[in-house]
Amino acid sequence: MSDLSHLITEAALDFDNSATMNDLEIAKARYLGKSGLLTDALKGLGKLSAEERPAAGAAINVVKQAVEASLTARREAILNAEQAKQLAQESIDVTLPARAQSKGGLHPVTLTLKRVEELFHSIGFEVATGPEIETDFYNFTALNIPEDHPARAMHDTFYIDEANVLRTHTSPVQVRYMENALKLNKTPPLKIIAPGRVYRVDSDATHSPMFHQVEGLWVDEDISFANLKGVVQDFLQKFFERDDLTVRFRPSFFPFTEPSAEMDMSWNGGWLEIGGCGMVHPEVFKHVDIDSEKYRGFAFGLGVERLTMLRYGVNDLRHFFNNDLRFLGQFR
Amino acid sequence: MQFSENWLRSLVNTDLDSQALSHALTMAGLEVEEMQAVAASFSHVVVAKILSVEKHPDADRLQVCQVDVGQAQPLQIVCGASNARAGLVAPCALVGAELPGISIKQAKVRGVESFGMMCSSKELGLSAEATGLLELDSDAMVGQDIREYLDLNDHLITLKLTPNRSDCLSIQGIARDVAAITGAATRFEKITPVNAELQQSKQVILNAQEACPRYVGRLVSGINAQVPTPAWMVKRLERSGLRSISAVVDITNYVLLALGQPMHAFDAAKLNGDIEVRFAKAGESLTLLNDTTVQLRADDLVIADATGAIALAGIMGGKPTSVSDETTSVFLESAFFVPSVIAGKARRLGLSTDSSYRFERGVDFAHTLSALEYATALMLQICGGKAGAVTEVLRALPTRQPVNLRMGRLISVLGIAFEQSTVSRLLTQLGFVFTETDGIFTVTPPSYRFDISIEEDLIEEIARLHGYDHIPATPPVAVLNMLPVPEQQLHMNQLRDGLVASGYQEVVTYSFVDESWERDLLGNQVPIKLKNPIASNLSVMRSSLWGGLLDTLTYNLNRKQDRAFLFEIGAVYHQSSAEYVETTRISGLAYGSQKPEQWAASDADIDFFDVKANVNALLGVDALYEKAEHPALHPGQSARILINGCAVGWLGKLHPKWQQQHGLPKNPYLFELDASAVMSRSLPTYQEVSKFLPVRRDLAIVLDERVPVQAVFTAIKEARIPLITQVGLFDLYQGKGISENKKSLALSVLMHDTQKTLLDSDADVTMSRLLQLLQNTFEATLRN
Repeated sequence: MSDLSHLITEAALDFDNSATMNDLEIAKARYLGKSGLLTDALKGLGKLSAEERPAAGAAINVVKQAVEASLTARREAILNAEQAKQLAQESIDVTLPARAQSKGGLHPVTLTLKRVEELFHSIGFEVATGPEIETDFYNFTALNIPEDHPARAMHDTFYIDEANVLRTHTSPVQVRYMENALKLNKTPPLKIIAPGRVYRVDSDATHSPMFHQVEGLWVDEDISFANLKGVVQDFLQKFFERDDLTVRFRPSFFPFTEPSAEMDMSWNGGWLEIGGCGMVHPEVFKHVDIDSEKYRGFAFGLGVERLTMLRYGVNDLRHFFNNDLRFLGQFR
Repeated sequence: MQFSENWLRSLVNTDLDSQALSHALTMAGLEVEEMQAVAASFSHVVVAKILSVEKHPDADRLQVCQVDVGQAQPLQIVCGASNARAGLVAPCALVGAELPGISIKQAKVRGVESFGMMCSSKELGLSAEATGLLELDSDAMVGQDIREYLDLNDHLITLKLTPNRSDCLSIQGIARDVAAITGAATRFEKITPVNAELQQSKQVILNAQEACPRYVGRLVSGINAQVPTPAWMVKRLERSGLRSISAVVDITNYVLLALGQPMHAFDAAKLNGDIEVRFAKAGESLTLLNDTTVQLRADDLVIADATGAIALAGIMGGKPTSVSDETTSVFLESAFFVPSVIAGKARRLGLSTDSSYRFERGVDFAHTLSALEYATALMLQICGGKAGAVTEVLRALPTRQPVNLRMGRLISVLGIAFEQSTVSRLLTQLGFVFTETDGIFTVTPPSYRFDISIEEDLIEEIARLHGYDHIPATPPVAVLNMLPVPEQQLHMNQLRDGLVASGYQEVVTYSFVDESWERDLLGNQVPIKLKNPIASNLSVMRSSLWGGLLDTLTYNLNRKQDRAFLFEIGAVYHQSSAEYVETTRISGLAYGSQKPEQWAASDADIDFFDVKANVNALLGVDALYEKAEHPALHPGQSARILINGCAVGWLGKLHPKWQQQHGLPKNPYLFELDASAVMSRSLPTYQEVSKFLPVRRDLAIVLDERVPVQAVFTAIKEARIPLITQVGLFDLYQGKGISENKKSLALSVLMHDTQKTLLDSDADVTMSRLLQLLQNTFEATLRN
């Protein structure tokens, strides 16, 4: 039996010269196929004597294993190369822009109202609403502003007819809420905020005929003016996320609160007016049948656009209602 | 209310400087809106007298003056003013003076030494323009500092007074409050009655005693109405924002400013008979001082003589009886008209006078007479003449009921501790009369305060004098209870977030819109109108949000935007009989391409079904769409949206005629929903999840093209064929292979059994039942 070990190098060379899987299969057949050199050699073992056969068989197997090993190695190499080629073909520019979607967003006034509602909700305030076309009674009379009261001149009112106006403030919601609470046998504590649109006949760079207010009301047995100051200050600090903000109260006049105050907030070394407030006037309690000896309450009204302008640095009120998408898109 | 700081300081002795005084006023509720120096700061300017004038040797327009500035030697000053002349007294800026924008140095003017500068009012910063040197009175003291002489170290203070504080509508009233705030003493001029030297007097007949419980008047005769008003009075009037008119008018205005009592002077020669205070008669009219003629109404209070109304009481005098330069005798009126009678009248007539402003807020009724005496004294002093006896008619004046202030209440309302002695001190500073027993103060409000009638009024007084700043910010202590969180009711913000996620931008538009939007777009012929709109294109209340969205679209298209996905949530307004009804709507507008222009997607425009998907995402429940027409929408592409049989909104393409009218390059899609109808959700309830796998079969049918696909789905749903859990449409086809007027639908049908694995035979039975249903209901056939 001739020495077949030369086949190891011959096969390895042959395999290496096979560029594709197909070539490799053809090369494989030459050695390991049905009539391959090694298969033939194995078949020829039968012609040997029983003594010679084990040694010859072992020698052939050594060669066969070596050939098979180089075949496997080559097969893997070809597969790897093919996969690498495919991966290279599938490669993309990951820096291309993403598939663009329409971007929506909330109006900045909504962003402020959401924050205001969240903050007051966290200390148990519910949200109450009321109509924007309001009766003269709720907008004025029930708030202790009788017909011909000079305080009416402070409100430049839009009239619908003799008895109905566009509400000039969110304060009528206080009255409606308290009245309704009474009907539902709900007794204080009453804690609400009432956000919404209000209207004044006024239009220039710093006034809009429509704007937003948030009214707040807390009626309880032991609520004081100092508490009003405490709640407003807490709110402003949390809203602006600044612990150093302080609130300053200045005496003022609203027929539906007493004592009444204008609220100023410390801002960049000065004071900024942000709304009006006070203790609920006994006349208002009388309108809704709440015993002002037993209960007291505070109420406040904040300008939502003002808060929004300060929060985001908006310098022109008119932006809010022009609805320029280049403006609105900044609040996403 | 504007006034001179120095005038105020002449009545109250405070050592606060101007800034501190201003702050104190603001923090006590008399908000200082503006404080302006009367003159810019300058120095070294004195009263000077020109002794002689010579022509400048080298300049035609200049003169060389010898000027007495109160020093040992006159100064030589070159001056170009045309009114420079010997004997003229005028301001002179000395060497070293700092004027607004100029420093005065010794200099040669065209070769002649000049030791100062004669000044115009412009150069001193007192006026914007001037024609020559500021001419001063010839008896002015030469050498006196001009700031002192002209009283220029003064401020104009403007108060923004709240309507309750009518007591501060005079210098004396403000001084009184400054005294209350600071504890300083006042020094008010004592008013003494003048001697009545004149025999004549007028009767006053009061026929409206509730409206005018006090009326005092007197004749002053032999006056010279042409004398100039004294400079000190002119200055105080001007610094209070009032122009000097004539001595008589100036005197009445001065008393109004000083004491807060509106006065009127009638030309006595033009009066006929006695004076009557009454309400206007039917058909009566009156020509007022401002030359307007008003038709009087029965609730207008007037002053009348024998011929008829001569003044609108407390508001404005009549033209025919007004004083003029020729007037030699006047009838002076000082009265108390009750606020409710004057309130609203001036506004109705479009007038607002200093008099009506005060009367409708409340004038001190205890000093009606002393004001008349003060005015008379000034009149005699300035215009000469003799005064007649005072005619006074007095009926029931308002009473001031004592008001109790309980220490306990004060402390609990304000939330701070108070000493009884502090309250006592503050009430004393206010000048209130009070007694105290067992921690209860009983306070009788003064006649000049119209805003003290209940305990809270006193609490406010104590609080403002104590200082709101001295009340701490204290968090409340309260019982904690959780708030309800209804799971089946969505918050509006969840709907907002849903639309934002679909790519819509929220906008906020006006609630009032152009009437044409309502009429054309919404077919609303009788929109709710505003009586006093701010502009004609914002004159009616909206009944839909679409107008605002379309306006917003146009606004942005004009700014080079080419797509817009907008939404608004807000109220719309309807009238139903006498009631106004408001409902909250959610409205959207989609315009332009489906996706922003990009490399990675087509630039196809949005269509009905894109927007329908956005609407469905909002609804959360199964809604039905029915073809229906709306004036705003394309008749072939508009749908009414129904939930449980109720119409809750609309979806459609804008009608091409509105697109054209508004010049929109493409046609937007619009939707609008009642917010209340889409905010409820049902609680999820558990259904068993099958252990067995579902079976899917497809079914292609052909049916009449007019059958709405929604009807097919509804029929399948209502038939409740067992095992069918889901049916979908995966193809819609018309064209080759399908007869005309027919369409082919390809349905995917999902079948499920929770108890066993479905056999093919089960599925076959179910599918044939489905086909049977469609054949029976829609005459559908199986597609070959």
